[in-house]
Amino acid sequence: MTTAAPLGKDLLGLEPLSGEQITLILDTAEPFKEISERAIKKVPTLRGSTVVNLFFENSTRTRVSFEFAEKRLSADTVNVAASASSVSKGETLVDTARNLEAMRIDMVVMRHPASGAAAFLAERIESNVINAGDGTHEHPTQGLLDLLTLRDHFKKIEGLRVCICGDVLHSRVARSNIWGLRKLGAEVAVCGPRSLLPSAIDDMGVTVFSRIEEAIEWSDALNILRLQLERMTSGYIPSLREYNRFFGVTRERLERAPRDVLILHPGPMNRGVEIDSDVADGPHSVILPQVTNGVAVRMAVLYLLSGGRPELAEAAKTVKSGGAA
Amino acid sequence: MSRPLVLTGGRILDPSQGVDQITDILLRDGKVIDHGSNIGHPDDALIVDCDGMIVAPGFIDVHCHLREPGRADVETIASGARAAAAGGFTAVCAMPNTDPVIDNPAAVGFVVRQGLLAKAARVYPIGAISVGQRGEALAEFGEMIDSGAIAMSDDGKPVVSAQLMRTALEYARSFGVPVIDHCEEPTLAAGGAMNEGLVSARLGLKGIPDEAEEIMVIRDILLARLTRGHVHLAHMSTKGSVELIRWGKDRGINVTAEVCPHHLSLTEDAVEGYNTNAKMNPPLRTAEDVETLREAVRDGTIDLVATDHAPHHYDEKEREFSNAPNGIVGLETALSVVVDSLVVPGYIDFGTLVERMSCSPARLFGLPGGSLRRGSPADVTIFDPAQRWIVDPRRFMSKGRNTPYAGKTLTGRAICTVVAGEIVYTLDEQRDGK
Repeated sequence: MTTAAPLGKDLLGLEPLSGEQITLILDTAEPFKEISERAIKKVPTLRGSTVVNLFFENSTRTRVSFEFAEKRLSADTVNVAASASSVSKGETLVDTARNLEAMRIDMVVMRHPASGAAAFLAERIESNVINAGDGTHEHPTQGLLDLLTLRDHFKKIEGLRVCICGDVLHSRVARSNIWGLRKLGAEVAVCGPRSLLPSAIDDMGVTVFSRIEEAIEWSDALNILRLQLERMTSGYIPSLREYNRFFGVTRERLERAPRDVLILHPGPMNRGVEIDSDVADGPHSVILPQVTNGVAVRMAVLYLLSGGRPELAEAAKTVKSGGAA
Repeated sequence: MSRPLVLTGGRILDPSQGVDQITDILLRDGKVIDHGSNIGHPDDALIVDCDGMIVAPGFIDVHCHLREPGRADVETIASGARAAAAGGFTAVCAMPNTDPVIDNPAAVGFVVRQGLLAKAARVYPIGAISVGQRGEALAEFGEMIDSGAIAMSDDGKPVVSAQLMRTALEYARSFGVPVIDHCEEPTLAAGGAMNEGLVSARLGLKGIPDEAEEIMVIRDILLARLTRGHVHLAHMSTKGSVELIRWGKDRGINVTAEVCPHHLSLTEDAVEGYNTNAKMNPPLRTAEDVETLREAVRDGTIDLVATDHAPHHYDEKEREFSNAPNGIVGLETALSVVVDSLVVPGYIDFGTLVERMSCSPARLFGLPGGSLRRGSPADVTIFDPAQRWIVDPRRFMSKGRNTPYAGKTLTGRAICTVVAGEIVYTLDEQRDGK
């Protein structure tokens, strides 16, 4: 293996990372941002590397973002969707992984409905594993792109007040954000009905708001989670209408805030439920910059896990041999 | 036909008659004949040197899953009975949640027969409470008891209907057998994979709150009050359950309860890393629960220790945590885990250990054994209270390898197990260890 493994073999979550490691990924993402702005959006850094995008759940945004990141680094990529794979024929996760590895791949990017699936895979194969969302556990690259977007806007994370709004109970984005923000010194709050918060939330080092107005008044930025529509049918909330009335982020509520509040949303949005359209499309929304940053952050993660040296990330954009050791 | 057996020089520890002395014991014709220093050694007797060992009435496990019929690939009644003997158990009670369910006299007879053929620990069938364990129609308790069933349970599932549980307690009372309930309120526990708390919140696993157990514990205690039936609560895991049981016992309600070795030794932290061998139902709880359960074994609020031995195939546990089945094997580690979690830290002495693993289950379930009085069945456990050993699941007699104790060093080990005066198990490494 490589001597320079600043993140270890895998990226499974932000909870196991130190603040320094997270900052390193964000710093490494900076030079990669520019590649996507070029006419020819491609550098040879991961030429010859094979990456499998293994998606056991539907995802458009995350899969496309990873695929762009891989292609812009010149990796060879294969997409495997669960519905089209042998998984639907009853193959176990460990067999799927071993078969892929037998084809001599270098990295696996996996989205899976079971919490811990990425860790399970990482223990059993030698390839690098990047968690693209495991159940309700973590979605580390989403957390990283949220951090990068906040840092772009505020220039630093330390001391920021960020409130995560909505279905924290079922959200892997919420968990990755809580760990990432806390490790970089931000103050973190959550806001939502108690039925959508973990019962142990008060022990997770965050402030809890039951009223969205109080959350807005406190915050520098809101990260508004998608409300899964099935939460209503499974009885966690009575109706979407009532949710919007008491917990929705509306322009009217934001206008009463003592400062401009930055608006993040991991998408896809339910307009008129957790977020109103004039907030999503408003002047303080950074929802589209989040998507742009997603590609840069994922390029940084791929680069670092493949053995790329952080100090050479800038050079990796131009030097042909790249940093992959 | 069998030769008499003389166990010499061991520490005879039998709380049922208040005996704790180093002496000899003579077994013949399947019975305990006598003990003392002048019992004499018949010419044809087999002599077993028990120097340094504890000689106790055989352990009885009132709760294990032997998987036969239906899943003979993961355990058979014979392999389970041998695993039991290797763990120092002279009798085990097999839960009826097999495929098909043990809910009729013919099925009960099958378990009895397979148990006799095993020539290891005795196997007593537990019959289902409801037909097919579907929680609807009462199964034929009387017929099953006539065929050898010693208790009734739908274990694996709770008895959801309070009316069915009431009827079961009333009906079982007529036949003098306990009804064993798996206390789990199904809507609160639905989809749960571990204890609800900070660890489940961090790992993103759906939690099972204490209350899912406790709501059913108090319901069953109240139904036992109503019916005056004997309810036995399986695998208690929470502090709150202990408090509710104490409440019931203080009022003279006929409630008894068991705890599993893993709930006395491990906490939810064992799940870290998504370890599927730490996935069981009820789940591993917190350090406070473990502490309370240990105290409850000491003071008798919890009457006995039972294993909930639950073998699974390697492939079934080798998967995503939320998709892995619940349960671990326990027959071959139970004694050691109890020694390490209760005796070594000073919660109980070895006399109480024998009480909770032998005398109490025999007494509460009306089973033979649990005593070394003259004339009792010659069911004897000989164990080394101090032997340290490393758990190697590959050496288990059980077909199951699913244990969270693999590689751990434990204290105390069964050396020789005698059922009806016959040696059914001797530890191979005994000579190496000496």
